[in-house]
Amino acid sequence: MSTASLDSLYQDIILDHAKRKLNSGLREPYEAEVHHVNPTCGDEITLRVHLDGDVVKDISYENLGCSISSASVSVMTELLVGKTLEEVEPIHAAFLEMMRGKGQVEPDEDVLEDAVAFAGAAKLTARIKCALLGWMAFQDASAQAQSDTQKETDK
Amino acid sequence: MSTSSLPGLLPELEIVRKDFPILERTFEGVPLVYLDSANTSQKPQIVIDTMVDHLERHNANIARAMHHLGAESTEAFEGGRDAVARFIGAPDRDEVIFTKNASEALNLVANTLMWARGDLQIGEGDEVVITELEHHSNIVPWQLLTERTGATLRWFGLTDDGQLDVSNIDELITERTKVVSLAWVSNMLGTILPIAEITKRAHAVGDHGRGAVVVVDASQAAPQLPIDLAAMPADERPDFLAFTGHKTVGPTGIGVLWGRRALLEQLPPFLGGGEMIATVRMEKSTYAGIPHKFEAGTPPIVEAVGLGAALDYLSHIGLDAIHAHEQAITGYALDGLATVPGLTVLGPLDATQRGGAIAFELDGVHPHDIAQVLDSQGIAVRAGHHCAKPAHARFGVQASTRMSSYLYTTPGEIDALIEGLEYTRRYFKLA
Repeated sequence: MSTASLDSLYQDIILDHAKRKLNSGLREPYEAEVHHVNPTCGDEITLRVHLDGDVVKDISYENLGCSISSASVSVMTELLVGKTLEEVEPIHAAFLEMMRGKGQVEPDEDVLEDAVAFAGAAKLTARIKCALLGWMAFQDASAQAQSDTQKETDK
Repeated sequence: MSTSSLPGLLPELEIVRKDFPILERTFEGVPLVYLDSANTSQKPQIVIDTMVDHLERHNANIARAMHHLGAESTEAFEGGRDAVARFIGAPDRDEVIFTKNASEALNLVANTLMWARGDLQIGEGDEVVITELEHHSNIVPWQLLTERTGATLRWFGLTDDGQLDVSNIDELITERTKVVSLAWVSNMLGTILPIAEITKRAHAVGDHGRGAVVVVDASQAAPQLPIDLAAMPADERPDFLAFTGHKTVGPTGIGVLWGRRALLEQLPPFLGGGEMIATVRMEKSTYAGIPHKFEAGTPPIVEAVGLGAALDYLSHIGLDAIHAHEQAITGYALDGLATVPGLTVLGPLDATQRGGAIAFELDGVHPHDIAQVLDSQGIAVRAGHHCAKPAHARFGVQASTRMSSYLYTTPGEIDALIEGLEYTRRYFKLA
């Protein structure tokens, strides 16, 4: 990897998020909590989702990981908190499509906003899992939260 | 320090490097600095040529083909076994069993012990002892064994400076101990374990000096320490020794288990299939003698041939000379790493008391990010937990960066690493 592609991986926006870790820390209330690991490198995240109706009211987390995985979850919370599940779905799908596209997918900045910065990581097989860790944890937690909410409504 | 004056370096280092064609690689003009040899070593031309020659001229299945090629292939394969026996000083060449890697070798021992009856049988009240610095492949098989038999798993801890804590050896190794399994050299901390002392103690426990079975994971030792099993006093000689081919400049897909003949003969088979039988009837089979009893199916033939060439190559250079080279490079690297602000080495700091894998932390930068920036400079290291999560947890570390040298590593490459780490600090605005 050249220094130029190094710079396209570590864009300022990524380094900035990795440092600030927006919305980090575990908070109440929440409907679901998950713990995900990347078994190849040992990175870990504990992530909570709080839904209010169909609005993602809060995503809180604690993580141990590299700058790519820390920045990715930080960007994700900034992007998704406050949106409805219906609005979240296409953003999540677009992020997955970009990360699994081997660098061939041209990301839509209107949908992904700051998350387009991870297009550089998508070209590096070894870093794709880093960028996806938080997003997969959110998918898991929000599915659990919705099924719990569903059970509550069914009662 | 003037690197030409570094004592202990291989005198013909530049010639040795020419034996390894991959070291010529560049990435967009940046030369490769390969410091990941504890992960896998690079391969000399003689290994590549020997394997190609076998495939081009001698390929056939072994021990069952009644033709010229079958005889040549069998001879080459068994020649590989002879080379392994020479390399580790095996008292008997039939005690050398080919597996697919060190993990399979360790699983072979753990599984056959689980199925053993008589005085080798393991059950409730029995104990298996390992250490906190093991690679996962020397932890998980013993967890499986003890979970399935009701036995108890215990382990040696580590001191703060990364040495094995043997202060409670008399509490750990007792008449209840059936197996002691430990690494010779740590793949993360570099620590060299007191194999002779622990083996002697383990062999002395139990009624009538039955002794516990001692298994040594030599995956990191075989590449860099001279091993002569036959020369060890019998009570200090382990009962089993495992290592993998690809870390000793051989190919992947082949590993070695050496075991004491009497034990191998007493243990039940591991995998069933072709080549491991004496005769098969529909009701029941009888089994071949060692080593074939533990080698079911067509083995990795060309890999065994390649491993033989690899071990002969290392022996030709000499393990004493390779060990001295590793110590010289390790000492030079430890001195260099000590100059990097915020860098902490995990494990012993005396190069003469450790192996060539050096794991470290750098304040403010995650190991993945370090490895990524170093890669942009052509420098290959490993980042993560190195399949030794408990050893990392012992030092309160999630992941580390690891450099590991070998017989082809130069002081100039260590200089490149140190400069690369300085560059990494500047890149992440720590300097």
